[in-house]
Amino acid sequence: MRYYDKLIFELSHPGRTGYSLPSVQQYPFFAEKCSSGVAVDAAVPANLLRKSKLELPEVSEVDVVRHYTNLSQMNFGVDTGFYPLGSCTMKYNPKINEEIANHPAFAGLHPLQPAETVKGAQAVIDGLDAALAAITGMKHFTFLPCAGAHGELTGLMLMREYHMARNDSARVKVIVPDSAHGTNPASAAVCGLQIVEVKSGADGLVDVEALKPLLGPDVAGIMMTNPNTLGLFERQIGEIARLVHECGGLLYYDGANMNPLLGKVRPGDMGFDIMHLNLHKTFSTPHGGGGPGSGPVGVGERVLPYLRIPQTSGFHGNFGVMLRAYAYILMLGKQNVKMAGPLATLSANYIKESLKDCYKLPIPTVCKHEFVFDGLINDGAREGKTGATTLDVAKRLLDYGFHAPTIYFPLLFHQALMIEPTETESLETLDEFIAVMKKIAAEAAEDPDILHGAPHNAPIGRPDETAAARNPILKA
Amino acid sequence: MSKILDELLYSESHEWVKVDGNIAIIGVSDFAQEEMGDITYVDAPAEGDTVAKGEDFGALESVKASSELYSPVSGNVVAVNEELEDKPELINEDPYGAWIIKVEMSDKSELDTLLSAAAYAEIAQ
Repeated sequence: MRYYDKLIFELSHPGRTGYSLPSVQQYPFFAEKCSSGVAVDAAVPANLLRKSKLELPEVSEVDVVRHYTNLSQMNFGVDTGFYPLGSCTMKYNPKINEEIANHPAFAGLHPLQPAETVKGAQAVIDGLDAALAAITGMKHFTFLPCAGAHGELTGLMLMREYHMARNDSARVKVIVPDSAHGTNPASAAVCGLQIVEVKSGADGLVDVEALKPLLGPDVAGIMMTNPNTLGLFERQIGEIARLVHECGGLLYYDGANMNPLLGKVRPGDMGFDIMHLNLHKTFSTPHGGGGPGSGPVGVGERVLPYLRIPQTSGFHGNFGVMLRAYAYILMLGKQNVKMAGPLATLSANYIKESLKDCYKLPIPTVCKHEFVFDGLINDGAREGKTGATTLDVAKRLLDYGFHAPTIYFPLLFHQALMIEPTETESLETLDEFIAVMKKIAAEAAEDPDILHGAPHNAPIGRPDETAAARNPILKA
Repeated sequence: MSKILDELLYSESHEWVKVDGNIAIIGVSDFAQEEMGDITYVDAPAEGDTVAKGEDFGALESVKASSELYSPVSGNVVAVNEELEDKPELINEDPYGAWIIKVEMSDKSELDTLLSAAAYAEIAQ
């Protein structure tokens, strides 16, 4: 990768142009005005005239093309290489999705168009609703939420509405497992609910015995991800659902980890009442870097009466993401959707088993779509040498052309390294990644300083995260 | 091996307490700062706030994570180390010197439930 950080203005040279634009006098409006001797400036109303000079870069076409191509090559994405970022489901996004989302018949729609002129878009929303309901076992979805956390808040507000409508206003607590994504307690807090943490057992699963004493008439519900953040299927979910419903609470399913269950297991059948899906993850839309996302919320029988969405609204969240998701589902079809989960699970277990002799595996059971290592088995620490950490391994991976996995999350393990390969990678790519991870482990054992200095080949070394957090410069 | 001072008491959530009469001086252990990594922000209560044993009274943020601070005793906050506002790194540099809050204890017997240096050494590894 070649380092490139120029601004287009640095390439500017006075008088250089890529294209010569025709004189404004060719346009009928000006032709008419100016024929009577009026200057162009005078033909334009004063309030529409620019007072200051227009500062545009003066560059040739080839300058522009090279500039933006070089900048784009400083980026790493799923289209560039393997991206095993745990908990993020960076699967490959088929290009047909883009083609459909960019189709002028959809891309040109205006949210305030009369309803009778957008029947096609409405059919997409209805079709996606039906497909997601079938996949998840929910009754209906709302597509208003624009991302996962937005969905969580919407779902929790529905949960609160459900209790309030029953005059059950004492339910103010939301139970969240200690392995939960940070957004779960954050969403509950934003919704004005109190968070109660339930511990995981040594097997990494929610401890049913630890849950029991937390249940009571003040519990609004529980928020769970299944498989959980460690990539483990919560096997007691049936019993958990029974206990939570018995105490009058509801179950919220965080769809962040829906990928391995796709078409195989349905949150509705597990007993969940409300859920959100991250369409941008599970249903393949380019994401990361802040969006765009889509976090539709689905509800089961209990909560359905409280899902009051004007179905004729022009504002249905990120419609482009919904189109991509629908294209993805229809392209795979009923049979092939069922293959995504098992293949994602197989890929994750293959990497886990292949690397467990080099990296500490705190929970050795079969995982789902992702798993967590707890650092290197031999970090190379010895007299005069500090051992290599998870951060060092992640930085070294960049040298070998891979995106780093998620690191230092979940917090349950101090050297957490969380890998999620997804179902879209070939065996060859997985083998290549495994070989590099083994090589890095061997380098650490031989001389951890190789890792401490990494990345050696990336255009940027290690940014000083501490200084950036302690003294952020937020304004130019 | 992280440093543990014999003359202090410790909580299982890695806070230390130095007792000065009726005042508990509270900070976090060397083990805690090592695990957290470079600390970038200290979220502390204000003078006059009350704290309760076992409940959170603030948080530490590092480049790795954000971690709650749990009060080892109950009482009133009588002083807050304002130096940490601009220099959170003091906790990394000298965890036993960089106290976070001072609490006037409402129930000194709570100290009996805290860990001795030897008992804390068992869990801080």
